[in-house]
Amino acid sequence: MKAFADLLDRLTYTPARTGKLMLMRNYFRTAPDPCRGHALAALSDGLALGFPLRRVLAGIGERRFDPELFRLSRADVGDTAETVALIWPGTGAPGAAPALSDIVGTLAAAAPADHPALLTGWLDSLDATGRWALLKFLGGAPRVGVSARLAKQAVADAFGASIDDIEEIWHGLQPPYAGLFDWLEGRAARPALSASPVFRPLMLAHPLEVQDWDRLEIDDFAVEWKWDGIRVQLAARGGLTKLFSRTGDDIGHSFPELCAPEGVDAVLDGELLIMRDGEVQPFAALQQRLNRKSVTRALMARHPAHLRLYDALEIAGEDLRGLSFEERRARLEAWHRDHAPPFTDLSERLRFADKAGLRAAWEQTRAAAIEGLMLKRRSSPYLAGRPKGHWFKWKRAALTADCVLLYAQKGAGKRASFYSDYTFGAWSGPEGAPVLVPVGKAYSGFTDRELAELDRFIRANTVERYGPVRAVAPKLVLEVAFDAIQPSARHKSGIAMRFPRIARIRWDKPAEEADRLETLKAMIG
Amino acid sequence: MMQSWPAHPERGQRQGDPGSCTAYPVSSFAGGFPERLPAFSVPATPPLAKPGAASDIGHAMASSSNFQSWLRPDQSGLYCEPGGFHIDPSRPVSRAVITHGHSDHARPGHDAILATADTLALMRLRLGAGCFGQGQALAYGETLRLGEVSLRLAPAGHILGSAQVVIDYRGQRAVISGDYKRRADPTCEAFEPVPCDLFVTEATFGLPVYRHEPDHGEVAKLLASLADFPGRTHQIGVYGLGKCQRLIALLRQQGYDRPVYLHGALRSMSDYYAGRGIALGDMPAVADAPGKLAGEIVLSPPSALGDRWSRRFAEPLNGFASGWMRIRGRVRQRGVELPLIISDHADWPELIATIAETGAGEVWVTHGREDALVHELGKRSITARALRLVGREDDAE
Ligand SMILES: [Zn+2]
Ligand SMILES: [Zn+2]
Repeated sequence: MKAFADLLDRLTYTPARTGKLMLMRNYFRTAPDPCRGHALAALSDGLALGFPLRRVLAGIGERRFDPELFRLSRADVGDTAETVALIWPGTGAPGAAPALSDIVGTLAAAAPADHPALLTGWLDSLDATGRWALLKFLGGAPRVGVSARLAKQAVADAFGASIDDIEEIWHGLQPPYAGLFDWLEGRAARPALSASPVFRPLMLAHPLEVQDWDRLEIDDFAVEWKWDGIRVQLAARGGLTKLFSRTGDDIGHSFPELCAPEGVDAVLDGELLIMRDGEVQPFAALQQRLNRKSVTRALMARHPAHLRLYDALEIAGEDLRGLSFEERRARLEAWHRDHAPPFTDLSERLRFADKAGLRAAWEQTRAAAIEGLMLKRRSSPYLAGRPKGHWFKWKRAALTADCVLLYAQKGAGKRASFYSDYTFGAWSGPEGAPVLVPVGKAYSGFTDRELAELDRFIRANTVERYGPVRAVAPKLVLEVAFDAIQPSARHKSGIAMRFPRIARIRWDKPAEEADRLETLKAMIG
Repeated sequence: MMQSWPAHPERGQRQGDPGSCTAYPVSSFAGGFPERLPAFSVPATPPLAKPGAASDIGHAMASSSNFQSWLRPDQSGLYCEPGGFHIDPSRPVSRAVITHGHSDHARPGHDAILATADTLALMRLRLGAGCFGQGQALAYGETLRLGEVSLRLAPAGHILGSAQVVIDYRGQRAVISGDYKRRADPTCEAFEPVPCDLFVTEATFGLPVYRHEPDHGEVAKLLASLADFPGRTHQIGVYGLGKCQRLIALLRQQGYDRPVYLHGALRSMSDYYAGRGIALGDMPAVADAPGKLAGEIVLSPPSALGDRWSRRFAEPLNGFASGWMRIRGRVRQRGVELPLIISDHADWPELIATIAETGAGEVWVTHGREDALVHELGKRSITARALRLVGREDDAE
């Protein structure tokens, strides 16, 4: 437990990805089985321990500490689990702390009536960090800034394996992953690809840069529309179907209608959309369906899910990833002709005689309410990750607005000493008494030199500080580029920007000439 | 028994002084008082520290008023009438006894102060040579007759020179502890528990969630991080007086013999400690250091963490040595990657144990999380009262 507690503790304080990887790598190399397997489960897919932490704590707290002191402490600490961990009397008898595997094993065999005594015993045997980590562990998913993918990456790094090899067998594995560690440490063969469908790491696209465009040969590329949904992988095998997000999380529970196709045996790459009466619905409709634990029939009827397919990684057990895009597309089309499940269609192939035609189509995307274009090299195999020169996304031209810098906050990591996160506003209110209303936040789009200049401006023009945030005299205009504006009830301005970034710093422009909120609202669409 | 502190207990506030230091004659270090004293004006009886302070009075007011006849809070701080002096006053007064050199206790502009020689010297370093009129040094254990009281200083274990003020008056004893801690500190004398009737305590960490970790484990965390991230400069925020020197001494105790680089603001205090024979080893100035100090320890004031000053370092890793690092929210708020729970204040168990050890039947709490401590002492049938002295916010520790 101690090593795991130290790991969680340090992960919470380590902002950088490389730092987190290093900590986890060291842990997975040195921690014993099966504890490290349980730790890996907690850090990746989460552990279903079924321990009603909140209820058990409420029951034993009153008996263990003075409620008035707890109340005052909770107000100072700000987090209940942490307060319990710190206020818990006793310092932990050395050597008596339970191993993670003991905790998991004991809980599996325990009746609910045993829970209070078990938790009390464990808390008594741990120090403050150990108690905090235990409470996080029992809570199921400790939020320490680690994604499932990052945890797997650390395991791969720890033993010199490739994360893709781990992803391929992942969904066939069970905590505490004895087979995985046996293989990684050379004691056993690689676990078989399971009967259960597995996630294949996706191939990702680079944004199209000017020099890419200049070099682009039209005949080398297949072109499709860029769809405004989310990228998913439908993996079906042996009657089991999984719907993976691009990070490999199984989101099938939110879209049960996509997971019930009969007789599908394939791994397919496509865009998840909401389609009503043959029309793709805006992204906001899809958001209604995401992150739902349970889905009602009414919700499915109102926002029917649809899969627009554009690639095939595997069909009938045959791995197609080594084939060219052109060959895979042919296999996908043939499969779809014969097997097409009702909720799917194919992403249309667009044909252009020359680059001018392609460019003209791109210029029409905004008017057509389409996100942009995808350009895929016809000869490229399906390569995991973001390989250079194979796939490009060519987003429609951004919208821009001139906004006024209002607040700034320091960044993290390399930017920890710079004010690099900016909140900006647009003018509102009557002509005679205009006020600035915050309309968005951006932390990218500028060069290192511009960052230094902005930082200097912010320090010289601070009018107030609220903790880490500085309010700045409203006099600097930022030209903000963004993909779209959506109505939003959560923001005071009534709008939300999608993908805002700083396009230019308008040192020359007086703040009074920045855009008005009405102008931005007119861009909603 | 020594007796060189001004003979008659002149009373109270000096009027209208903005607190500038330079107007007073500079007495030589640890020198005695001159024959003639500055003229005092005698104001009317000052009110209590804050309106409403009376409602903070805890359980048995009857015995409390007993001490109130000779020791009470006024608008400048705690005032001892029969002795004619304040203790750690927040505004300039004619005569002040200073427990230790931190800025919320040792303010500039008093006409005459009494403190340990180290506290006097540290005040001059921090505030300038003319920051008080006359200074008189009193060694730990020496007794001084002041008006109708006798007074001595006992080690408080907080920082170099820190003292508890022990006052005896007509058979009663009050101990004003200033800030204190109970664990071993290689840079100062250990706290001496003094039996008393009234114990005046701080409560900076007066909540049961504050239980500081053993120092050696926290220093080991720093050393482990250096091994894990040899390419990064470890910039550790420390309070400049006390914490800085203690952290260096703790590092040396654990065998760390590389230079510990110092921000300019930490220089004079650290050199003073070294001059007093506390082994701190090599402490070069950051300004003189070549390169980006990858893998080295740099100590700076907390305000220099993540500041422009730190851009000179190799991927600086921010640490902070403070009792406040116990709380994750505070760690995140400060953008700290390496929290080191090292405190110069008593934690909750130490506060409770110390109070019990003094045997005091009454406790006054000067500053900090006084509500919880007053509540806890009430359960233990100790009369407790929150003074809520002004000018002592959360200690910058
Ligand atoms: Zn202090
Ligand atoms: Zn203090």
